Amino acid sequence: MAKMTMVQALNLALHQEMEKDDAILVLGEDVAVDGGVFRVTEGLLEKYGELRVIDTPLAESAIIGTAVGMAIHGLKPVCEIQFSGFSYLAFHQLESHAARMRWRSRGAYHVPLVLRTPYGGGVRALEHHSESRESYYAHTPGLKMVIPSSPRNARALLVSAMRDPDPVVFFEPKSIYRAFREEVPDEEEALPIGSAQVVREGNDLTLISYGAMMQPTLTAADRLAEEDGIQADVIDLLSISPLDEETCVNSVRKTGRVVIVNEAPRSFGPAAEVMARLIEKSFWYLEAPIRRVTGYDVIIPLFAYEQAYLPDAQRILRVARETLDVVS
Amino acid sequence: MIDELRQYSQEFLASLYRRMVLVREFELRAIEERRGGLIPGFIHSCVGQEASAVGATAALREDDVITSTHRGHGHLLGKGGAPQYMMAELAARSSGYCLGRGGSLHISDFDLGILGANGIVGGGIPIAVGAALAFQMQHSSRVALAFFGDGAVNEGAFHEAANLAGLWALPVILFCENNLYGEGTPQDRQAPIADLAKRAESYGFPGVIVDGNDVLAVYATVKAAVSRARAGEGPTLVEAKTYRFRGHYEGDPQVYRKPGEMESWRQRDPVPAFRQRLLTSGRFDEAALKVLEQGVQAELDEAVAFAAAAPYPEVGEALSGVYGETHGGLVF
Repeated sequence: MAKMTMVQALNLALHQEMEKDDAILVLGEDVAVDGGVFRVTEGLLEKYGELRVIDTPLAESAIIGTAVGMAIHGLKPVCEIQFSGFSYLAFHQLESHAARMRWRSRGAYHVPLVLRTPYGGGVRALEHHSESRESYYAHTPGLKMVIPSSPRNARALLVSAMRDPDPVVFFEPKSIYRAFREEVPDEEEALPIGSAQVVREGNDLTLISYGAMMQPTLTAADRLAEEDGIQADVIDLLSISPLDEETCVNSVRKTGRVVIVNEAPRSFGPAAEVMARLIEKSFWYLEAPIRRVTGYDVIIPLFAYEQAYLPDAQRILRVARETLDVVS
Repeated sequence: MIDELRQYSQEFLASLYRRMVLVREFELRAIEERRGGLIPGFIHSCVGQEASAVGATAALREDDVITSTHRGHGHLLGKGGAPQYMMAELAARSSGYCLGRGGSLHISDFDLGILGANGIVGGGIPIAVGAALAFQMQHSSRVALAFFGDGAVNEGAFHEAANLAGLWALPVILFCENNLYGEGTPQDRQAPIADLAKRAESYGFPGVIVDGNDVLAVYATVKAAVSRARAGEGPTLVEAKTYRFRGHYEGDPQVYRKPGEMESWRQRDPVPAFRQRLLTSGRFDEAALKVLEQGVQAELDEAVAFAAAAPYPEVGEALSGVYGETHGGLVF
């Protein structure tokens, strides 16, 4: 057990899985000699050599396309795209090929591919370096979309992603890459993809979020307890697709009030899908309209006002209190 | 050497040198101001590539257009971009080129034909080719020049755009600054050929190599390519061999550098090299160059002061500009 940052925990997952499984290889821009732009792949080249840790040209479509070809022939490529905003160049290969190969080949082929990429704001990076577009991938049948929120669950989910028989898009919240440390067990640990976690229990309100937004969401829950005497169920989705509907529905049936938080732009974002599921399955249990706190339908970053774009504890708290104020 | 400079006017040589110094000093000042906290976010500096940026843009008319890259400050200044608006944009101020929303990677000035820097490697190339197609359709004599690096030549966008440019004989110059590194990986680990100009052959137009650290050589090469383009003879791929003296981004530990390489390229630093040529030619003396250099420093002092004095944009403005009409400024 050691206290690790998320970067170190992800690095541990890669080291341990590559040790166990010779089929796993890592490819991407600057992943080998440089150890990755955020150093997540540090030390892999030295340990596993250049056949398994591959610096590619700047060619995102080729990175994913060749990974599809390798994956259908017995390898398990873990691709790094330096920023999620660069993944659009690979979108065609993901959407048109990686996601469809199993279906198109009637099960003859499958694509055990992981696309790891840092996403999100909060580090005052530039456009294409700060965005949160998980909906593109969550909306694509055939892909799984995973977003961890802490060192420990990042490690355990990346392990599962590498063991998954189908393509997994794995968004890493770069604003908390090194923001805090957490105990991460030395022995292997995996978390199932598609399962949310209830990380705090309460009967008054449900707060649902994921990724970097778990931090302000948990802060808001703490403040509700301290300042309002309100106990919130807090759900960390961990997987956007498949979505753990059951955990969300069970909580809302208990609390009757819910606020969903995502950093992505508001329209057609993950919060909208969660709302739709809750309306379908827990409508008669609701005591107040479902609310969401999200990014805006604009292009991040706003540099000086990046913090105004990102949901923070204050915004979450305000909306939570409005929800609690509704008399049913 | 004296003969070589004779064909150029005093004013032209002075303007080339001044612009090179401006690019170099702008970058050094931006790096300093980033450390000092005025500038947030990332900077990808072009220190070492001043000759290619200035030589190429000097061969263009004011109504010609360029697309630029993440390492684009030199291209913008070369095309006439104003240091104070650039510095203000880097500092995220409302007086910046993009009203403080875009930062270094997205500066544009359509009045100057600067269609924009670009955060996506290779992203600008098809846009420049499209601009050239528009000029051809409009029977205009304007040309487009796409700046990009050696890394971009491996992106699909380059190949798709180059094919169209060749197919339709478009008035475009594809200008590759080969600085030997695509982000953190050496060029020889990214492509099986060292001379990227060869890639033009398969698209049916000339590819020429030029010493990217020699501003006059770059100028003459691009001038010839521009003449071809204006004459309706189609595109040219120009590969300028150069070197970046700083990391891919400021703060890059640069573990990927090859031993001795930096030292050897330092001997060919384009700014002092051109300065020495001007002095050797006998057409400029030390005092005259000092005046130019001090003028640049004064301009940059003003640019930094202009940036620091401007306010940040209003929060409410952040919701506008995405569409022709906003959603009524609705704040959720």
